[in-house]
Amino acid sequence: MSEILITIDGKQCVATEGEYVLNVARRNGIFIPALCYVTNCSPTLACRLCLVEVDEKRAYSCNARAKEGMSVITKSEEIEKERRAIMEIYDINHPLECGVCDQSGECDLQNYTLEMGVDSQRHCIPDTPRPTKNWGFIHYDASLCIVCERCVTVCKDMIGDAALKTVPRGGAELPKEWKDKTEKDAYAMWNKLQKSIIGVASGAQTLDCTFCGECTAVCPVGALVGSDFQYKSNAWELKKIPASNPHSSDCSLLYYDVKHTSIKDDKPKIYRVSSDQNYAPLHGAARYGYDFENVVEGKDSTAFTKAILLLEARVDTIAFDSYITNEEAFILQKLKEKFGYRLVNEDASTYQQFLKAFSQTSGSNLYSGDLKTVSQSNFVVSFGSALKTDSPNAGYAMNNALGMNKGAGLYFHPVADPIVSGYSKNLLSITHKVGAEEAIAYLLLNLFGNKEEMPKELLMDVDALLSIIGMEADFSEKLEKLLEKKDSFSLIVGEDVYKHPKAENIAQLLGLIERFTPFKVVIIPSKTNTLGVSLICDLDAQRGEYTLGYNVKGDFTLSALLGKGDLAMPALNQQEGTFTSMNKRVVPTNAALSFKGYCLNDLANALGLEAEWTIDYTKELPSDKGFEAREFDSLPNTFDNSGFENRGYLLRPLTFTCKDCVEPLSEVENFGEEVVYQANPVLQFSAFTNQAHQLCEAGALYASAEFLEHKNLKDGDMVHITNEEGDKLVIAIKLDPHTAGLIPYLPTFDTKIDVTPFFKDGYRFAKLTIKGVNHE
Amino acid sequence: MELRDFQNRNINPGYIFFEGETKPTNGWESFKRVFKRSIKGELFVGLWIVFREMIRFDIHTVQYPAEKLEMSPRYRAIHKLLRLFESGSERCIGCGLCEKICISKCIRMDTHVDEKSRKVVSEYTINFGRCIFCGYCAEVCPELAIVHGNEYENASEQRAHFGLKEDMLTPLDEFKAKKQQEFPGFGALSDHANETVKQTPLAY
Ligand code: SF4
Ligand code: SF4
Ligand code: SF4
Ligand code: SF4
Ligand code: FES
Repeated sequence: MSEILITIDGKQCVATEGEYVLNVARRNGIFIPALCYVTNCSPTLACRLCLVEVDEKRAYSCNARAKEGMSVITKSEEIEKERRAIMEIYDINHPLECGVCDQSGECDLQNYTLEMGVDSQRHCIPDTPRPTKNWGFIHYDASLCIVCERCVTVCKDMIGDAALKTVPRGGAELPKEWKDKTEKDAYAMWNKLQKSIIGVASGAQTLDCTFCGECTAVCPVGALVGSDFQYKSNAWELKKIPASNPHSSDCSLLYYDVKHTSIKDDKPKIYRVSSDQNYAPLHGAARYGYDFENVVEGKDSTAFTKAILLLEARVDTIAFDSYITNEEAFILQKLKEKFGYRLVNEDASTYQQFLKAFSQTSGSNLYSGDLKTVSQSNFVVSFGSALKTDSPNAGYAMNNALGMNKGAGLYFHPVADPIVSGYSKNLLSITHKVGAEEAIAYLLLNLFGNKEEMPKELLMDVDALLSIIGMEADFSEKLEKLLEKKDSFSLIVGEDVYKHPKAENIAQLLGLIERFTPFKVVIIPSKTNTLGVSLICDLDAQRGEYTLGYNVKGDFTLSALLGKGDLAMPALNQQEGTFTSMNKRVVPTNAALSFKGYCLNDLANALGLEAEWTIDYTKELPSDKGFEAREFDSLPNTFDNSGFENRGYLLRPLTFTCKDCVEPLSEVENFGEEVVYQANPVLQFSAFTNQAHQLCEAGALYASAEFLEHKNLKDGDMVHITNEEGDKLVIAIKLDPHTAGLIPYLPTFDTKIDVTPFFKDGYRFAKLTIKGVNHE
Repeated sequence: MELRDFQNRNINPGYIFFEGETKPTNGWESFKRVFKRSIKGELFVGLWIVFREMIRFDIHTVQYPAEKLEMSPRYRAIHKLLRLFESGSERCIGCGLCEKICISKCIRMDTHVDEKSRKVVSEYTINFGRCIFCGYCAEVCPELAIVHGNEYENASEQRAHFGLKEDMLTPLDEFKAKKQQEFPGFGALSDHANETVKQTPLAY
């Protein structure tokens, strides 16, 4: 697509051919009122406020595509009259309740009513009763709804659940007489407004989606709000603290909205999480899992002194997880260099080895894709990741690409996922044999690789591969259809393969895919800062004699979890620092709440490192790993009007000379009938998400309705889980309506349930026997 | 004016300098000055008036506390929270406008949603240590819920004794006894309000 010039209100603007005029205007700082358009989603033409004149003809700027030399006028007497009439219509029968409404102060209806100067009304029509709905995390007040359909659009085009739709409102028919007395667009809008409200797409009584809450974020009025937040605070009282998602590696921009707890208690409290909904979707755990802070009364100097003594005398290993900042990882690395501690972090070390193997064949230490390249491509493949729960934002990017770019794609996973399969009819979901990921990598190389340049030993028979993976033979035909007119490709790979028995080889195959196929690869870091830790720390495989654990269990444990561990540490919403996101971006996060105890930097200082603040290390992050020497305070954390992600900085990739050879495909181990997957349910990622008051739940064995029927079990029954080595677990079984097939999954977020014995070598699939307790 | 102008410390052009009166140099001059400043003709005018009124016994002083003045409705004393005349429910809807407009930032309120899905104000406070009785809160209130009372006798051990919701809200018994008065002062609708608003057509 080529660059062109268009004129908006006399200003020359550079645009990409076919881009929406509204977006060009926004990028150039020209204001056009718009209520219903959500960036990166399809225009619905519900509000008609974005009316402009294109070459003397009326057009709606949110769906008018830029053409060379076109001239746009955003304001004229006629347009302004029409816009005013539209706002007048929106205000008909709109309850006068700004005084209590949660949106007041940031409400587009309020803003545009004032902007268009609506101070009186000419129209009237009898009102229809519109009851409010309580949809779990979400509260819908239909009488405030202006049926802009932003919620419907974002749910379909961005999130992929498509859980909302417009339903008949049962309102009075518009009397014909208004037609002549009302402006054209205003009348058309009114006609539609009068007919619909928002309902649950499945027709069920209550909303049953993955509860990302994105609809509440895009709703321009107070119709959709978080149930927990309802009537708790006015928008203007909340102080927005910019931060990054602490729960998963998308590290999306979010704001902690903070205010004093109550009249009696002046301590700051997080009331909700808000986002830049036009540019960065948030998943539900980020939106609702904000209050995981660690509260201590003061500095526990006894425990601190003990920790120092231990570190000086006995500790030889520091074990930690990847829910830490880059700076903390750097402190740990410095401690290692100074005192020779072993650093053990299983998840980061697995990822580190995977990326290392990948770089041997790809020639770069980092993969080339990111979520932006995914959402801009038109053919997306994913394997090795339960997208919906492992990395919802990668799922959103995939769904966005499928919906907005007329895209198609393949989703490979042994656990069937109705939500992901529902993204698009052009997404082929392949429920494959457990462990077939290596064959899938070979398949992609053989289907998409450049046969001339590729080493000959990689060539394999496609049909043979299909049967190894467990796919139908008509796949090739279907694929051919899907590939019509596709020219940009992305591949998402997730954590199933990092501990795959053939992980190293899969990584090397991915490197070759990166080089010999048009795919841009994304290798999703499994936890928030797995990528950062794997770049900064030299990790060791084995623990030594005496371990200091940081957020993992050790002989002495530092913990950011409320009431856990021997010495309390600040949680990620109480810390400033940076994360390295899956987009290979170093993004800043700020402290929303204060912490009265000690932090890792205090320990390091007591051991002889010198830094006043943890963020003093931001500029010292290793430049030979691609970090920049930049002060924390100089890192921006915003999106600008064009949607440009002005957050932190991008890591610089390192290049190596690379090799071509990989191991031949090895046989897929037969896992038999009874397999259990290790995954967390929607909205859970770790013990931290489970600490949030809205998300807190007890873990269970999650299974599909099909599985329950197959095993003759009911939701809530107790089951016995055993493996060949004799490890046992008694646990409740819980119906997860959003999975299908016969593979149930065990979670890791609940600290009361230890599933590690079942997944000893870290591989996410295990052969386990499940028996109902009553059926013995 | 720019910053540069402010930084110019040369004050000469715009100022008129006053030299001051000449200081007495000896004891006699000092004595003359003290005498001139102390004894003036007007002194006796004042003394005469006091004496005259005293012998007439025509006293204007309000005999407080036996006697109290009627305050004007525009008098701005400690706040009151009013109830709706029809139902007796609290008028305050918790919109937070008073909290927002208050220039001393001394209003705070806690709100939440109740079982009937309504917004309730569970607590409302004014910190009278900071309130400057400007009346903005009463003026901005869309419900005429917070108003200035005219109770000026505010003696107590603590200012906080007046600042809680329970102190300001019309007590129910008083309300039932029809003792709550509509507030005619700051922020109340003007008498000709009907003429100044445009009416919205109604369909029913
Ligand atoms: S949605 Fe907007 S206009 Fe409607 S009551 Fe709420 S704040 Fe007021
Ligand atoms: S609920 Fe909100 S976002 Fe959805 S149609 Fe109504 S006003 Fe628009
Ligand atoms: S009178 Fe003025 S200072 Fe006092 S509470 Fe009201 S707005 Fe604040
Ligand atoms: S302005 Fe009036 S209604 Fe609004 S919160 Fe204050 S007292 Fe209550
Ligand atoms: S923004 Fe274009 S029609 Fe609503």
